[in-house]
Amino acid sequence: MKAGLPDDLRALFNAAWRGGEAVQAWHQALKVGDWLVLLLGSIVVVSSYTLLWRGGVADRAIVKRDGKTIVELSLNSARKVSVAGALGVTVIEVQPGRARVLSDPGPRQYCVQQGWLTRAGAVAICAPSHITLQLSGRDANYDSLNY
Amino acid sequence: MTRSTIELPVTEDDRRIAGYAAAAIALTVAEAALPSPLPGIKPGLANIIVLVVLLRHGWRDAAWVSLLRVVAGSLVIGQLFAPGFFLALAGSLTSLGVLALAVHLPRCWFGAVTISVLAAFAHIGGQLLLARLWLVPHDGVFYLLPLFATAALVFGALNGLIAAHLLASPAANPVHREYA
Repeated sequence: MKAGLPDDLRALFNAAWRGGEAVQAWHQALKVGDWLVLLLGSIVVVSSYTLLWRGGVADRAIVKRDGKTIVELSLNSARKVSVAGALGVTVIEVQPGRARVLSDPGPRQYCVQQGWLTRAGAVAICAPSHITLQLSGRDANYDSLNY
Repeated sequence: MTRSTIELPVTEDDRRIAGYAAAAIALTVAEAALPSPLPGIKPGLANIIVLVVLLRHGWRDAAWVSLLRVVAGSLVIGQLFAPGFFLALAGSLTSLGVLALAVHLPRCWFGAVTISVLAAFAHIGGQLLLARLWLVPHDGVFYLLPLFATAALVFGALNGLIAAHLLASPAANPVHREYA
């Protein structure tokens, strides 16, 4: 095997394996630009995680009654929408990037107390009113949620 | 009947490139035996050889060694013309493109580590692009990008350090050895 190696490569391996006197320490092999490139590379790697693995970003709110979509709202602009539920009027509030059930006539107010929904796939269910508020995005974290 | 002999003259360049390519192929085969957490994430040890060749003999020799390694390496491990072969080829071609540019960086500021890391990023870039265009025509492949980028940074830096270590040894600088 060794006979097949080019002479200079064999000499390189021999010298490096021997750990010879003049062989420099690892950190000396790094130049200023190398550190810079490593830093930039780390930033690229970390930002790729935060950009691609952040989980779905919600871009639409879907309001359903008895499983049928009543209204779809874009999460780009703030607005309030009143929806007629089984018990009365449920108010949905949308702000850029999030949505919530502002008020609901239901007795226990679970969906109101859930507060702002921000992630794709998140759901607030106002069971007594038969109303659900669901956020959807390009790639949701969940296909479906069961309670 | 005349006997015709076709003789291909073998130059010193050919022998050198063949020797380096053999070393790179040996590393490719050895690496194929290592378990990998995710297909496509490999240390890429053969790239150490490509780096050494690039910095000692120039881009042309490095391109020969890199492409010979892809073709002969996949032939040896039985992957020739399998999807993995084309992914490796795409990665090699894009990283050779980046190497052609990176070799012109001022040597006093940027060493083998820079070149190695840039080439590693180019390698995964080329592979993912081909995978997206051909194998998985869906943006889902980019979901794996952070993992591949991490591997490129870590293994690119390690390979670069090893190449720098090899190149910094006294045997790599015969001139200095004379004065020592």
